[in-house]
Amino acid sequence: MTRRYVMEFERPLVELEAKLEELQRLDLTANPELVAEVATVAEEIEALRESTYADLSAWDRVQISRHPDRPKAQDYLAAVFTDVVELHGDRAYGDDEAIVAALATVDGHRVAVLGHRKGKNTRENIARNFGMPHPEGFRKAMRIMRLANKFGLPLVTLIDTPGAFPGIEAEERGQAWAIAESLALLSGLRVPVVAVGIGEGGSGGALAIGFGDRLIMLENAYYSVISPEACASILHKDAGKASEVATCLAMTAADLAGLGIVDEIISEPSGGAHRQPEEVFGAVRERVSSALTALAGADPNELVRSRYERLRSIGVIEEGSG
Amino acid sequence: MSISDWFKAREARRYTTINGERAAGSEVPDGVWSTCSACKRIVYEGQLVEYLRVCPHCGHHFDLNAFERIGLLADPESFDEFDAGVGSTDPLGFVAAKPYTESLESARERSGLTEGVVVGRATVGGHPVVLGAMDFRFIGASMGSAVGEKIARAFELALDERRAVVLCTASGGARMQEGMLSLMQMAKTSATVRRLAEARLPYISVLTNPTMGGVTASFAVVADVVLAEPGALVGFAGPRVIEQTIKQHLPKGFQSSEFLLEHGMVDEVVPRGQLTARVTTLLDYLARGGERA
Ligand SMILES: [Zn+2]
Repeated sequence: MTRRYVMEFERPLVELEAKLEELQRLDLTANPELVAEVATVAEEIEALRESTYADLSAWDRVQISRHPDRPKAQDYLAAVFTDVVELHGDRAYGDDEAIVAALATVDGHRVAVLGHRKGKNTRENIARNFGMPHPEGFRKAMRIMRLANKFGLPLVTLIDTPGAFPGIEAEERGQAWAIAESLALLSGLRVPVVAVGIGEGGSGGALAIGFGDRLIMLENAYYSVISPEACASILHKDAGKASEVATCLAMTAADLAGLGIVDEIISEPSGGAHRQPEEVFGAVRERVSSALTALAGADPNELVRSRYERLRSIGVIEEGSG
Repeated sequence: MSISDWFKAREARRYTTINGERAAGSEVPDGVWSTCSACKRIVYEGQLVEYLRVCPHCGHHFDLNAFERIGLLADPESFDEFDAGVGSTDPLGFVAAKPYTESLESARERSGLTEGVVVGRATVGGHPVVLGAMDFRFIGASMGSAVGEKIARAFELALDERRAVVLCTASGGARMQEGMLSLMQMAKTSATVRRLAEARLPYISVLTNPTMGGVTASFAVVADVVLAEPGALVGFAGPRVIEQTIKQHLPKGFQSSEFLLEHGMVDEVVPRGQLTARVTTLLDYLARGGERA
C-alpha cells in the first residue's frame, strides 16, 4: 500500500484506521475476544470520520486545498472540458508552466480557459514552480484574455495558486506590473468571465485571473489577501498561529459568500475533492455551464458595466465628516 | 504660500528642538536637526526645509507625509480635499495580537488623518487634476476598503470632470486586517484606472518610498507615465519574503527606483526638486497634445 498523505486534522482518524487494519490482519479465529474489539474500533472510526470531516475549521480547509492529490487545473481540463487546445507562451519572454491556457469546450460552450497549474509530483512541481507564476505567466494569461475578447469567447478561469512567485527574476521582469495590467484588462473584457476557485487562492497572483462576472468556489478552496502563515508571522511573529489567523482572515468559500464576494459554492465529497474527483468534475461542469448559459448573449457594454459595478461595490467604509 | 514657506510652517509645528522643547512660531528654530539615515550625517532642519527634505550631503530623499507631497506638487492654495472623512471600519472583527480597531484608532490619533491616502482637486502647473498622496504613517498606507474607495472615487471624479490624475504612492501593500475585502480593492482600483484610460485622460504616478505589494500590483503602476523618486523601494514581494523564499541575500539596490529604471519598469527617476516641473511638462504633453506649444 502506498503511503497516504495525512492532513493534521485527520491524523487521529488515520491512526485508528491503521490500528483496525492491523487487527484485521490477525487470525481472529484464534482470538474470539478480539472480534468484539474489531467491531468497536470500526464503530469508533465511523463516528470519528463523521466528526473529523463535519465542521471543518478554516485551517483544516486550507490543508485540504493544498492536498497533493487534490484535482488540479489540468485534471479539470481533461475531465470537464473537451476538444482542448493548449496555447503556449507570452510572445515576449517564455512559456510559464505555472499558468495553463487553452481553448476548450464545456457542455457545448466554446471558451478560453486560464488556470494556475500545480504539479502532481516533485518533477512536475519544479517545472511548474508549484503553481506560482512569474510575470510571463500573467502576460501569457493576458494574451489569451485578448484573444478571447477579440473572438467573442467567454473566459473560464481556474484559481489554484499559493501566490505569484516572490523571486529576483520575477521582480526584475515586473511581477507587480504584470498583475496590475492583468487586473485592468480582465475588468474590461467584453466577454463573459466565470472564475472558479478550485484550490488555493493566494493573494494578487490568484486575483490576476481570479474575478469576473461570476465567482464560484469549491467548498474547501480558500481565497485570501495573504497566506495564514505569512499573516501570523507578521502580526504574531509566530507562523504557528496560522490556524487562528485563518479564521480571522475570513478566507473560506462560506466566509466569502457571506461577504458577497463569492456567488456560488460547490460542495465537496466528505474529506475533500480528492476523495471523489468525478463527483466534483461533474458539479463544476454543470455550474460553469449554467453560468455561461445565463451570461450568454449579454450586451458587451452591459457586461463590462455590471462587472465594474460588482467590483465597485466591494468594501466596507464609513463616511465621516473629515 | 510658496512651497518652501509651506514646508517651514509645517516643520516648525512638527519638530522639537534638541533640548526637547516644542518649536513655536513659523520660523524654524536654530539647533533642530535630524540624522540622515543614508549617510548618517547631521542635517539641520533649516537645510532640510530648503532642500525639500533631501539630504544636502548625499541626496537621500527623506520620506514625506501626504500633505507634504501635496504641498510639493499642487499650485499654491489650489488643493481642495474631498472624502476626507472616508475611513475603514472593522468588517471582519479582526483580532491578531491586537484588535484592528485599535490599530485604526492609534493611526488616526498619530497622523491626524482618517485613512492612509489624501485625495482632492488641485491644479498642477495650471492643469486641473485630481491629486492624491498616500501617507505611510497610517498603518503603512496599506490598502483596505477605504483607501480603495478613495482611489476609486478619485478616478471617477477625474472622469466626470475631465481632469488628469496625479498620484504619489507609498504603501506596504494590501491591508490584511480586512481580508479579501482589501484584496478586491486591487481589482476595483485597477478597473477605475482602465476607465480613465478609455476616456484618454492622463494619469501620472509617482512611486515613492516604499511602494510594495497590492498597491504596486494595482493602480500604482498602470499609469501613462510612471515616475519614481530616487532611492525608493518599489516592488511586489518584500525583500525579506524573497530572501526567505530563495534562501539568498539580495543584491544591493535591488527593488530601488534605479533598478526599476534599468529593468524598464519606470519612465524616469526624478529628484524631488524637479518633480513638480516634470509633472507639469508631462501634463502639457498629455493633456494638451493637440495644441501648439
Ligand atoms: Zn545623507
